[in-house]
Amino acid sequence: MSAQADTGAWPNATMIARGGGGPEPVEIVVAYGFWIFLLSDIIMFSALFATYAVLSGETAGGPSGRDLFDLRNAAIETLCLLFSSYACGLGVLAVRRRRMDGFYLSFALAFALGATFVALEVAEFAGMIARGAGPSRSAFLSAYFSLVGLHGAHVTAGLLWLAFTVAQIAVKGPRDFVLRRLHCFSLFWHALDIIWVALLTLVYLMGAR
Amino acid sequence: MLGKLSWAAIPFDEPIQMAASLMIIVGVLAVLSLITWKGWWTYLWREWLTSVDHKRIGIMYVLLALVMLLRGFTDAIMMRSQQAIAAGGAQGYLPPEHYDQIFSAHGTIMIFFMAMPFIVGLMNFVVPLQLGVRDVAFPVLNAISFWLTASGALLVNMSLVVGEFARTGWLAYPPLSELPFSPGVGVDYYLWALQISGIGTLLAGINMVTTILKLRAPGMTYMRMPVFGWTALASSMLIVAAFPILTATFGMLLLDRYAGMHFFTNDGGGNLMMYINLIWAWGHPEVYILILPAFGIFSEVIATFSGKALFGYRSMVLATLAICVLSFMVWLHHFFTMGAGADVNAVFGIMSMIIAVPTGVKLFNWLFTLYRGRIRFEVPVLWAIGFMVTFVIGGLTGVLMAVPPVDFVLHNSLFLVAHFHNVIIGGVVFGVMAGYNYWFPKAFGFTLDKRLGAVSFWCWLIGFYLAFMPLYALGLLGMTRRMQHYADMSWQPYLIVAAVGAVVILGGIAATIAQLVVSIRTRESRRDPTGDPWSGRTLEWSTTSPPPAYNFAVLPRVESLDAFWGMKQRGPVVPAERYESIKMPMNSANGFVTAFFAVVTGFALIWHIWWMAILGLACAGLTLLAFGWIERGDHEVSDEQLANAERARLRRMDPA
Repeated sequence: MSAQADTGAWPNATMIARGGGGPEPVEIVVAYGFWIFLLSDIIMFSALFATYAVLSGETAGGPSGRDLFDLRNAAIETLCLLFSSYACGLGVLAVRRRRMDGFYLSFALAFALGATFVALEVAEFAGMIARGAGPSRSAFLSAYFSLVGLHGAHVTAGLLWLAFTVAQIAVKGPRDFVLRRLHCFSLFWHALDIIWVALLTLVYLMGAR
Repeated sequence: MLGKLSWAAIPFDEPIQMAASLMIIVGVLAVLSLITWKGWWTYLWREWLTSVDHKRIGIMYVLLALVMLLRGFTDAIMMRSQQAIAAGGAQGYLPPEHYDQIFSAHGTIMIFFMAMPFIVGLMNFVVPLQLGVRDVAFPVLNAISFWLTASGALLVNMSLVVGEFARTGWLAYPPLSELPFSPGVGVDYYLWALQISGIGTLLAGINMVTTILKLRAPGMTYMRMPVFGWTALASSMLIVAAFPILTATFGMLLLDRYAGMHFFTNDGGGNLMMYINLIWAWGHPEVYILILPAFGIFSEVIATFSGKALFGYRSMVLATLAICVLSFMVWLHHFFTMGAGADVNAVFGIMSMIIAVPTGVKLFNWLFTLYRGRIRFEVPVLWAIGFMVTFVIGGLTGVLMAVPPVDFVLHNSLFLVAHFHNVIIGGVVFGVMAGYNYWFPKAFGFTLDKRLGAVSFWCWLIGFYLAFMPLYALGLLGMTRRMQHYADMSWQPYLIVAAVGAVVILGGIAATIAQLVVSIRTRESRRDPTGDPWSGRTLEWSTTSPPPAYNFAVLPRVESLDAFWGMKQRGPVVPAERYESIKMPMNSANGFVTAFFAVVTGFALIWHIWWMAILGLACAGLTLLAFGWIERGDHEVSDEQLANAERARLRRMDPA
């Protein structure tokens, strides 16, 4: 009987394994809730991915992906985003060990790389619009601008969030409630990478052929 | 300066709308002046508007739902009376452009602002109590969710006074909802109201999933969770998985309308069927978001009032999760007529029929629970039994329409309208009414009047059959939905019976209001000092009615399924040996203020008042940032306070 081994302890190991361990600590609850939010966000993207897949051939006589996409630009954007996430990860590790210089340096780098990504994307969009390939040109371009633009909007919002959280740490120090949010931010920043990898593949790599 | 907004937006030339607007304005002013006159503002602000207590928020959700039920039902009775008289050459009293707004508003309000808040409100109130939790995972987020839902409801009702509502039906299918065919602000009211309330619903779903999976009382293993907890989990997971699709879909339609894009337009390569697919990829799970918690309510009610444990608990859980998964695989049955081909239609037809299997399992479980039970015919049981009969009929007509060739005949006919009212009234409305009567004493500490509750039930039941059985017949006779008038005189007798049915339902609603008023007036004689008026089985009945802000002085120790029943079997309640102080979250104005700016932003976007939209959005963002900057304090309930409260409670339960 396994119950014997658990004498005295309540809830016992079997009950804990079946979900009876009682309420989880706040760090777990916050991160778990944020994971659920990220899943919902990815579902929102999936609706746009599906729409893009259906509409990507509908150019209405206008330019197609082959005419417009610049893979070199997309490659630089990818590197910016991935290294920004790497820097973010280093920053989170640094602040956990209370190495504040490393933390500020890493997050400054993460911010700069993220901002470069947004700038490159804005320049790409502006170039397309200048060539008459704006979002209202065709269904393909509507889907393209909305899908890529939604990701860009997420990155922009993430930059604001990053600045806000770093400012909070600078003013208040690494308090628990701020660190929980920093952890959520780092999850968010990585989730945007996952979406970008899908986007790079489906939109740029498959579209530029 | 004010975008498209001008005096022309007020419908001065339409007497019916003006009268309705005036009634709303007078009603709102009357309520506001009553509050001011009685000096209730401070109390309201401290105890309700800034409350982050899941029970208070749940009650506010239900209140919103009841008010919106009145609004949506007014639309219903206008439609039924119009169709009863507009036969042959007669045009009735509602011109087409107004009639179209009424059926669109009816569907939108009843689903998004009546059924959803009712279900989410009951989940909010009950789930933490049932699972032995002190509050939801994110209390402030919970308040934000509620106030965003209320903002959406406010915007929909503003459309009655300023401007117009959509004339496109409750799902705003393109191309009709695109700019060339709906140039007015009606569709924009629809879209922004639902975007704002949709974000609220999504956040509520995330909160509920986290609460159920991460905060249950010690010993509450998955297989000891009450069935309502399971259905709330399934429903909340569906919210998390389905509402983002709705947000994306409406977002694309908004881009079409505001930025001249071509997602669903006729020109530029747009594909309107993409909208229909996406909206139903949300829409079909949505009906299960509504019905699954209702199934949970019936499970609790039937077990409690039969005095037995629920028959087939495990199969009930399994059936709930099966429906949860299957609900995402049937969306295409809403448009078999799209022409996807025989193979695709056959797959979706069969998938739709398969859903009847787990639902059948549930019905047999309820029947076997009732079998040889000592059934007490309290009001919630009446609703439950009425549901079992009515819902089976609705389910059968649903299986009928899941056969694609049959659907080609019945698509968009009144047969469909009868079917979905059959399952939504017979399932969801009966469910929330059962839940309302069942949990009211827990929320307020006194029971609702039984006689008027029964009157309400019988009016709803009889009224439902009178109002909707004729619509099945009319559908088979070929009458399509959403007709402002019709030429075939042989339809009129059926529609007159249907109108009589609507009047009988009105009697049911009046009885519900009377029940509430009478019960409040006679509350002293209906007090329930025990906290357990129905001889309940689950943990919500183990605490006082109404429960203290912290729900449980000591977190309950769960030893079995039907935890409270087990505790009662083991002996009377005794005070704990010692109490540990509890930290509870402070009130927060975050939800109310953010939602206020959301309304400003929504209104500005609807009327193209760009400066105001930017200002509103910036203020909403700054509000969130400002509240995010402050470290939220907790307030502590000391061990002494807890001990005193518990002693007082035990004295009330047993004065000896």
